[in-house]
Amino acid sequence: MLENLTQRLAKVVKTVRGEARLTESNVADALREVRVALLEADVALPVVREFIARVKEKALGEEVVGSLTPGQAFVGVVHRELVHLMGDANEDLDLAVAPPAVVLMAGLQGSGKTTTTGKLARLLKEERRRKPLVVSCDVYRPAAIAQLRTLAAQAGVDFFPSHEGQKPAEIALAAVDWARKHYNDVVLVDTAGRLAIDEAMMAEIRELHAAVHPVETLFVVDSMQGQDAVNVARAFNEALPLTGVVLTKLDGDARGGAALSVRQVTGKPIKFAGVGEKLGGLEPFHPERMASRILGMGDIVSLVEEAKKGIDEAEARKLAEKFKKGKGFDLEDFKAQIQQMKKMGGLGALLDKLPAHVQQAAAQSPQAMDDRALRRIEGIINSMTPGERARPELIKASRKRRIAAGAGVPVQEVNRLLNQFGEMQKMMKQVQRGGVAKMMRAMKGVLPRMR
Amino acid sequence: MFGFLRKSKDSPESASWLARLREGLRRTRASVGGLFGGAKVDEALFEDLEAALLQADAGVEATQALVTALRARARRERIEDPAALQKALEAELEALLAPLERDVDPRAAKPFVIMIAGVNGAGKTTSIGKIAKFLRTEGFSVLLAAGDTFRAAAREQLVAWGERNGVPVIAQEGGDAAAVIFDAIQAARARGIDVVLADTAGRLPTQLHLMEELKKVKRVIAKAQDGAPHEVWVVLDANTGQNALAQVKAFDDALGLTGLILTKLDGTAKGGVVAAIARNRPVPLVFIGVGEGIDDLRPFVAADFARALVE
Repeated sequence: MLENLTQRLAKVVKTVRGEARLTESNVADALREVRVALLEADVALPVVREFIARVKEKALGEEVVGSLTPGQAFVGVVHRELVHLMGDANEDLDLAVAPPAVVLMAGLQGSGKTTTTGKLARLLKEERRRKPLVVSCDVYRPAAIAQLRTLAAQAGVDFFPSHEGQKPAEIALAAVDWARKHYNDVVLVDTAGRLAIDEAMMAEIRELHAAVHPVETLFVVDSMQGQDAVNVARAFNEALPLTGVVLTKLDGDARGGAALSVRQVTGKPIKFAGVGEKLGGLEPFHPERMASRILGMGDIVSLVEEAKKGIDEAEARKLAEKFKKGKGFDLEDFKAQIQQMKKMGGLGALLDKLPAHVQQAAAQSPQAMDDRALRRIEGIINSMTPGERARPELIKASRKRRIAAGAGVPVQEVNRLLNQFGEMQKMMKQVQRGGVAKMMRAMKGVLPRMR
Repeated sequence: MFGFLRKSKDSPESASWLARLREGLRRTRASVGGLFGGAKVDEALFEDLEAALLQADAGVEATQALVTALRARARRERIEDPAALQKALEAELEALLAPLERDVDPRAAKPFVIMIAGVNGAGKTTSIGKIAKFLRTEGFSVLLAAGDTFRAAAREQLVAWGERNGVPVIAQEGGDAAAVIFDAIQAARARGIDVVLADTAGRLPTQLHLMEELKKVKRVIAKAQDGAPHEVWVVLDANTGQNALAQVKAFDDALGLTGLILTKLDGTAKGGVVAAIARNRPVPLVFIGVGEGIDDLRPFVAADFARALVE
């Protein structure tokens, strides 16, 4: 995601960083690049203008010019202003009211409201220990209600049935009533997509809002939206007392310009970012980390958190034990690792959060590992007997042939896997011999500068 | 597009469509067309025009090309009257967009198979409904294939639509998109249906495995019938910014597109991205949709579009 903006800005960062002296002219060059990068990323023109003006003012000020490394300082200014533009700090949902707390979802057609409602319900249930109820007030789009019912079942949360003949406000009130009786502490109200210029529909959602008194009114916006994102956001913000924004589809190769514009125009915090179609794909939005990602500095903090979330603790402890002993790390464990990686959203999701130059290196590496390769490895391991998994040295030519046939791959693939595994075991032994420092030194080259 | 179906310019129906197109592009026209009310052609006018085009999602490259071309033309033809410059802009735009017009004749094969792809939430399923309606009013029999086997209730959405409008829908419980569409083509042949519209699940072009799946769907369609799919279209949301261009490129590289459908040009959206597409990856625009009504999806005519955008 954000690749385009990231790559362009990374280029600017690279050129400017090296400059010994920042002059009016090379600042102007860099700013022009930044301007084009932001416009190409669909940041709204007025927002771009203001942003450029602010960066320029600071860049030519004492702080940067007087610095020993003006290039670095310039990048610092851009980073700080980006963070500021996106709202400085993460703001969480505020559900501290007498239950049930009502959350109203609003947005254009196709922005991802229903999917986000499902994701948010899962997040509240799994990570916040809430008991959410979801209800759909979309009585217009065919099968919208059925879609939410399916998502609710997948997330394992309560669903309040509604049907197309009903009035949205009636549905929502009935749902709140039901929630009160069944001790649901949060009610997520999904609504039909609507255009901000559609008076009748906007009146309907205002009525809905007045009826259920939501504690949170979230504006769901597609991060691929173009220049009009600002106008849409402004119109919704004027019609409804929004409390926050959810950005969706951040995993496309888009550029997320909307992230920068919407916050600026509405003044409302971006609370979550949605990635992927799986229910787990909703993350709290952190402006600081996003700015780092945009500037190609990577987002290690999110990566670590993601890892914590995805890894089964008992599993991890077992693995750590094996690491310590330096032996007993067998193919079964290797498979477990791959499965954990998949839980974290696959390699793609992990790579996304790495600094731009590491990402590029990874893409160019000859044995580019993608999620398919991982799946194939899993398949090969699945075709081995438990004995073979525990003692890979058993595997000789005829067993290799059998495994290859079982997994539907050429024998070479089995060989490659065994070689890779051998390498890994070697690494484990190094770790065991107190070679952690050594390994870290080897890895330092690829990790970003910590600041 | 559907040239043999195109209505004559002065039929009342065509006039009402033009009015709706103008309404759909109202905001863009106000910001672009409104610039030419001044007394003289000067640098400030060009700068305002550049800003207006950028804000209409035309993108940096297409905007600069248009403004540069217009500047050169103004100098060459000594245009000093803003109204004349406005005409010149309209002409430049029309010339830029003209290659996007294309005729499609569903009578070329039977059944004529049209495969529809796009990102999530672009309006694929809704557009399919509208195209089916359009084709039926033109006298074709239509069958829908519910190839979106992934999104919750996508199948139900298409089936509900088909029931409402008396169009047969081939769907399966779960299963594989390619298999559903294969079945649908067989069924169409058996029933003597003219056109098959094949829906697919929405996907972002960055999801490479899903793009592979889409290629497979296309291959399987070719197995079901020689020469099929006759058309491969991608649905674009007019609210999408410069990413629309990335989408066109990615889907075109994967599938070899024959057309685009631009939806949701309904008063908030901008439509300038059409210019960016025309410059960078001129895939023909077969349909544009200006509203939520079932009749609001129509073939694209460059001259009408340029006029609605500028005048």
